[in-house]
Amino acid sequence: MTVPSELYYTPEHEWVAISGSTVSVGITDHAQRALGDVVFVSAPAAGSRVTAGEPCGEVESTKSVSDIYSPVDGEVTEVNPEIDDDPGLVNSDPYGAGWMFRVRLDDTEGDVPPGLLSAAEYAALTKEQQEDGE
Amino acid sequence: MHEKLGASLTDFAGWLMPLRYGSETAEHTAVRTAAGLFDLSHMGEIAVTGHGAAAALDYALTGEPSALKPGRARYTMICAADGGILDDLIVYRLADNDFLVVANAANSAVVGAALADRAAGHDAAVNDRTDDYGLIAIQGPQAAAILARLTDADLTTVKYYGSYPVQVAGHPVLLARTGYTGEDGFEIFTAPGDAEHLWAELTDAGAADGLVPAGLAARDTLRLEAGMPLYGNELAADRTPFDAGLGRVVKLDKPGDFVGRHALADRAAAAPQRELIGLTSQSRRVPRHGYPVLWNGEPCGTVTSGAPSPTLGVPIAMAYVRPDVAAAAANEPGTGTGTLAVDVRGRAEPATLVELPFYRRPA
Repeated sequence: MTVPSELYYTPEHEWVAISGSTVSVGITDHAQRALGDVVFVSAPAAGSRVTAGEPCGEVESTKSVSDIYSPVDGEVTEVNPEIDDDPGLVNSDPYGAGWMFRVRLDDTEGDVPPGLLSAAEYAALTKEQQEDGE
Repeated sequence: MHEKLGASLTDFAGWLMPLRYGSETAEHTAVRTAAGLFDLSHMGEIAVTGHGAAAALDYALTGEPSALKPGRARYTMICAADGGILDDLIVYRLADNDFLVVANAANSAVVGAALADRAAGHDAAVNDRTDDYGLIAIQGPQAAAILARLTDADLTTVKYYGSYPVQVAGHPVLLARTGYTGEDGFEIFTAPGDAEHLWAELTDAGAADGLVPAGLAARDTLRLEAGMPLYGNELAADRTPFDAGLGRVVKLDKPGDFVGRHALADRAAAAPQRELIGLTSQSRRVPRHGYPVLWNGEPCGTVTSGAPSPTLGVPIAMAYVRPDVAAAAANEPGTGTGTLAVDVRGRAEPATLVELPFYRRPA
């Protein structure tokens, strides 16, 4: 399982890449492994508002469906056009071609939006969950 | 062993089982187009032996095992006195007085206890032999060709639902032409100590044909496409075989009493309360176990199993619905006065009633 050090994370297994006032969002390697083959991603539409901690989309896999929680407050500017035709990108390249949507942050004051985990914190969390038998 | 293959393991009825080895969709497709190898050692094996074994099973089960010839097997069920399904089973008649009952892992204790109870008074012994058997399934259009490389047995004479003691890769096994995938294939009962070697030999023998190890996730989508019921989903203690469209497993015309006869005879004569149907959806949001089925916007039933079908490329589901809905929807596919849908987490996704199974292997 990989946890790139330059990204930020949520306890709900999304990752966040920060680039100025815009962030890219996807789900982690840990999440895609747990879900199995992804068959459909319902991402929030461009132009819609998302709120940190609130469900804003769904990931359908062969075995289950999971909510996508927005990691940040802001407006969706772009949705990955590739994953509609090829949702398997979420499995094959979760941190790259499998990105899901981009959000323009409401608050660009801080360096990092509040509530996000560092790579080390997220790695510790998933290790804990695995040891708890999740 | 499975962890060496990179399997994701899952706790299934107390057994640590491979959920998938890599991509479950790729495993599914391999079984449809080439072959897949399944470890089913979790299944319960219960031996029923003795001069009264056949009579005891006729009394205990809905089927008529006494009518089986040695070397033959039959899909059957064990019901409670009220007709509710305790489990679905395969009964193998190994010899005149020697039967092997294969039960679902989660139910094998219940089945073993019920069989022991029902065999009392017959000259029959009931013994749980689950720990004495490993079970490996090889399934798919290439299964017979692959297996033929490891055995002298003439597989062309092994009939569907036949079972034979043969040697495979040097090990004595019970070879059965059965499965749960909708493909041709075999289930191989082996001594537990031989299972790992047998698995390795089968893997080697099939590698060039595209045989892959396959986990429980692929097994579930394969059986769903084939319209085969799963205990805990389509089958349950508050369902009868007739509910599930499997009234044929209830041999009401067999001589003698059997557990559940009265209730099942009543049920056979009465108008059905529900019907098991197949649904497909054009939406990409998948109907899943427990979701409400809607007829003209009103709840009319419940999804029992649902998944994105790798073979059909659309979501498929089985569901229990009111018989009038099953009839109306069948008469007016996609048109007319009624619309069928599934409530997928708060949004009605249109669905189409289709005949089961969703997939039938090419003749």
